[in-house]
Amino acid sequence: MSKLNVQLPGLELKNPVMPASGCFGFGKEYSQFYDLSVLGAIMIKAATVEPRFGNPTPRVAETSSGMLNAIGLQNPGMDKIIEDELPWLSQFDVPIIANVAGSSEEDYIVVAKEISKVSNVHALELNISCPNVKTGGIAFGTIPQVAKELTRKVKEASAVPVYVKLSPNVTNIVEMAKAVEAGGADGITMINTLVGMRLDLKTGQPILANRTGGLSGPAIKPVAIRMIYEVSQAVSLPIIGMGGIQSAEDVIEFFYAGASAVAVGTANFVDPLICPAIIHDLEELLDQLGYEHISECTGRSWKKHESPAYHRA
Amino acid sequence: MIKKSLSKMISQTEIAADIFELIVESELAGEITSPGQFVHIRVSNHWDLLLRRPISISSFDPLSKQMTLIYRREGKGTQMLSEWRTGMELDILGPLGNGFPVGEADPGQTAVLAGGGIGVPPLYELSKQLTAKGVNVIHILGFQTAAAVFYEQEFKKLGTTLITTADGTYGTKGFVTDVLKDIEFDCLYACGPAAMLRALEKSCPDKKVYLSLEERMACGIGACLACVCKTKDDRSGAAYKKVCSDGPVFRAGEVLI
Repeated sequence: MSKLNVQLPGLELKNPVMPASGCFGFGKEYSQFYDLSVLGAIMIKAATVEPRFGNPTPRVAETSSGMLNAIGLQNPGMDKIIEDELPWLSQFDVPIIANVAGSSEEDYIVVAKEISKVSNVHALELNISCPNVKTGGIAFGTIPQVAKELTRKVKEASAVPVYVKLSPNVTNIVEMAKAVEAGGADGITMINTLVGMRLDLKTGQPILANRTGGLSGPAIKPVAIRMIYEVSQAVSLPIIGMGGIQSAEDVIEFFYAGASAVAVGTANFVDPLICPAIIHDLEELLDQLGYEHISECTGRSWKKHESPAYHRA
Repeated sequence: MIKKSLSKMISQTEIAADIFELIVESELAGEITSPGQFVHIRVSNHWDLLLRRPISISSFDPLSKQMTLIYRREGKGTQMLSEWRTGMELDILGPLGNGFPVGEADPGQTAVLAGGGIGVPPLYELSKQLTAKGVNVIHILGFQTAAAVFYEQEFKKLGTTLITTADGTYGTKGFVTDVLKDIEFDCLYACGPAAMLRALEKSCPDKKVYLSLEERMACGIGACLACVCKTKDDRSGAAYKKVCSDGPVFRAGEVLI
């Protein structure tokens, strides 16, 4: 029996490892390297109603143990994703989590309604945390009441469970998590990137054309761990954890903090084969640590007693 | 086919000020399909310098499985790469992108190969392939200063080679465009800074011109959308090309530089 299978609302995962949205496109590039069916799920790049070009370049800048990006939700638009990208992905035995973004409440509702009808889309990830767009994105993710209302409306529109992606750029992440729970979210994904900046030594100006960008990579892992630790104790929703994961050890740490599955983002850029490598190493690591099943690790940092699957389920 | 491979370092030499020639033995040499493709190198096995560095291939030999890479030591990553020693194994992803179309110049025609600074390396393999099929080549290589000049002798063996330096310490004082205006040719291939490529594109609107672009990139395989550029004939405003996987070589007029 597998030690790695995980059940979450809408998702039967053969393992808890999936590429994070925006770090994997729609899978085509990575399918050159391995069979995408080995993945637990795929979080595809954010979809908006209309095609978006995104921000001017430069869009990325390296930082110590991380990188800043300001892509700006570039995507070919909902229709193209539904007509081309999702059917292409249906050749793989892997559930898709569609990331939904927008500039207005109406945008989110339209995309959620249409994209959730596609048969290989098993869940939505509501993107209220992109720091790189002027309207929408993070604007919905920093005020609890606004996040709650949007979650409620998207839930009504969606044919599949809705996970809400939380921004770490808030004073109180627990308050945000409770708000989306009250809005009817089926799960939480966290964390999105932290807003950061780098300046050019010679010009004194920001390296990114957008001036600021989202910090990702191993540098943000401790922030993600702390926030998941806090949120998982405060809400009854499963958490898909992300933020700088690059090894099986990191995956276990996220589970200990309170995650029930994980997503790998920036590490895909460093090593296109990182997801299968982590999945491979994870089973062995569980053996070494003496676990029968990965779900035993969830919330171990704060749980008094062992219990299967995600807590309070 | 793109592969990720541990490649053995054969040698590394500083051939001009801060310019390094790195020779590796790699199965990737057998996968290269056109000059102007590049590789993406992890400069550290640790995660402090996270991203791979895109590096030019200046020549390759599928039989001996050797590739020669040339880069400029500029930041922390290339500083670290310059400290790698013979026998060490480098994690290389490649070959990436679409290179120069050698087939666009016919035997007997004249091709100008214009390079600026660290844009010069891919033109060397291109010149080898063009001359092998009987194309006359003229190289115009621009550098900042005399100390930065490299590969002059190598290029001279293949054809006429004109050097410019911005400060006039070697060759003609000025830029490659200053020399190009006096030359008759059928086809132009160029790699260098964006300002140089823009000037070249503008100066020869009626010729076949192929330009290799540079942009900050993360994944190198077309997934992250960091290195996009707009297409020229776009009405929607959302059309784009990826420098890493659609390029880095584009026909002049295809994208906005």
